[in-house]
Amino acid sequence: MLRLLNLELQKLLLNRTSKILIFISFILPLFIILISSFKIPFFGYFTIELGEWGVFNFPMIWHLVTYFAAHFKLFFAIVVVSMIGNEYSNKTIKQNLIDGLSKKEFILSKFYTIVFFSLISTVIIFILSLCIGLYYSSYNEFGIIIRETEFLLAYFIKLIGFFSLCLLLGMLVKRSAFALAFLFVLFIIEWILYGIIWKFSTEEIATRIQNFFPLKSIYKLIDWPFLRIASTKAPNNKELIHDYAVHGYEIVIVLCWTALFIFLSYRLLKKRDL
Amino acid sequence: MEPILTINNLTKKFGYLTAVKDLSFTINKGNVYGILGPNGSGKSTTLGVVLNVVNKTHGDFKWFDGQTTTHDALKKVGAIIERPNFYPYMTATQNLKLVCRIKGVDYSKVEEKLDLVGLLERKDSKFKTFSLGMKQRLAIASALLNDPEILILDEPTNGLDPQGIHQIREIIKQIAAKGTTILLASHLLDEVEKVCSHVVVLRKGAKLYSGRVDEMISSHGFFELKSNKQDDLIKLLENNPSFKSIKEKNGLITAFLNEPMKSEDFNKYLFEKGIILTHLVQRKESLEEQFLQLTDNK
Repeated sequence: MLRLLNLELQKLLLNRTSKILIFISFILPLFIILISSFKIPFFGYFTIELGEWGVFNFPMIWHLVTYFAAHFKLFFAIVVVSMIGNEYSNKTIKQNLIDGLSKKEFILSKFYTIVFFSLISTVIIFILSLCIGLYYSSYNEFGIIIRETEFLLAYFIKLIGFFSLCLLLGMLVKRSAFALAFLFVLFIIEWILYGIIWKFSTEEIATRIQNFFPLKSIYKLIDWPFLRIASTKAPNNKELIHDYAVHGYEIVIVLCWTALFIFLSYRLLKKRDL
Repeated sequence: MEPILTINNLTKKFGYLTAVKDLSFTINKGNVYGILGPNGSGKSTTLGVVLNVVNKTHGDFKWFDGQTTTHDALKKVGAIIERPNFYPYMTATQNLKLVCRIKGVDYSKVEEKLDLVGLLERKDSKFKTFSLGMKQRLAIASALLNDPEILILDEPTNGLDPQGIHQIREIIKQIAAKGTTILLASHLLDEVEKVCSHVVVLRKGAKLYSGRVDEMISSHGFFELKSNKQDDLIKLLENNPSFKSIKEKNGLITAFLNEPMKSEDFNKYLFEKGIILTHLVQRKESLEEQFLQLTDNK
């Protein structure tokens, strides 16, 4: 396992483009979250300090930070897609197999890399949130701090699921740019299907079904946090009460998709003549 | 003899096109094999199948004694297919280290093999800065990293300039001299003739011949003749049962033998008959002529 991971890390870290993209996908969210936690003066008229609004309180911070950080997964998605695309365009995939890597090992080395970077990202987010939280939060009891850390698990699963989808698309179309375009097309298809189902049934049923779709199920792991922030400001407003928790079945759905994506990538490679 | 690769009734179809048709042959340890065939005769496809990058349609093949999986067997094989494929952004050393990781070989081999192909002084240059000849040499170094039991080369001199071709051939000869089994696919006949002891001839995916190069056609060679009395000579040869056919072209008579005959005996015989030769050459068919004969007949 370590051999396969090392193999892929060498391929990635010696490539300048992917090194920069990896750097961006890890450092940029850190930077933005860190800045947003500072006092931001607006030309002396007023200052914005998000910490004052209570958004950095435990346990809310876990939700908020993972939600925002997840958006930067798109940078690493480019890396994932190009790590397949490059193997095809350099024909190194063929050479790797000839040199004695099995097709299974090839897919696994990519998958381990995805898990590895998702884990690093999760750990970074954990440490950062903990620091900011300890600094701003009004509650510092251990019990409250570890409450809702399931958002971190959701974040981890979300990254793995999304990158596995990118891996499959990369294997499918062999070219990085097309694979990303395909991702966008898939996003549109999901919403079109949603529209069609809604037309023939109700919005509620459509939403329920849509929650099983690959992209939507990955997104749904960590819900939109603003209603939650608003509800803390106006606790009695019934309209703002919303189910934002991470549910076990949501994680199971995404894990099923992930398994399917990896399996299909392998099947695709196995069937293909290079 | 110890078999290294055994292919049994291998067939590969691409849609309705049959690239390899019911092919069987065995590669034994210690010989230098050539796979000959015109472009599109299924050489690369056959190699692709045994190298785990092309899926077979029917038949089977086994590496060594058939006990290891193909990808594990490939760790004991060195192979280059068509063009050298490496990561352009990595240096020669980095690329070879990656191959070491895949094959499970110690890094110490890297410099040794780079030295063998004469790339040691360029070891820290990126692959994309290499010329085609250097890329091909790097590919050979990479194929040799694990000191393979068999080296498979598919058109190794394709697209190289004369110096490049010469360098590659010298390297191949050095490796063959060490007793490594080599399988060389090529459409360049002189290349195969120069280095191979055994040959497999393919056409349209089917095997026409496999065996030793010198036994490829049961032939006793031919004489090329010119004399003072051409017409008498032709008449004499036509009546002689030792010759199966006579051709005349631009005043040069080519007489194909039915049985072995020494040139001195032949010369003496003609002299006694009153024919004086002005030109006498005894030759065996070159591989090219044999090959063309084989591929034309069927």
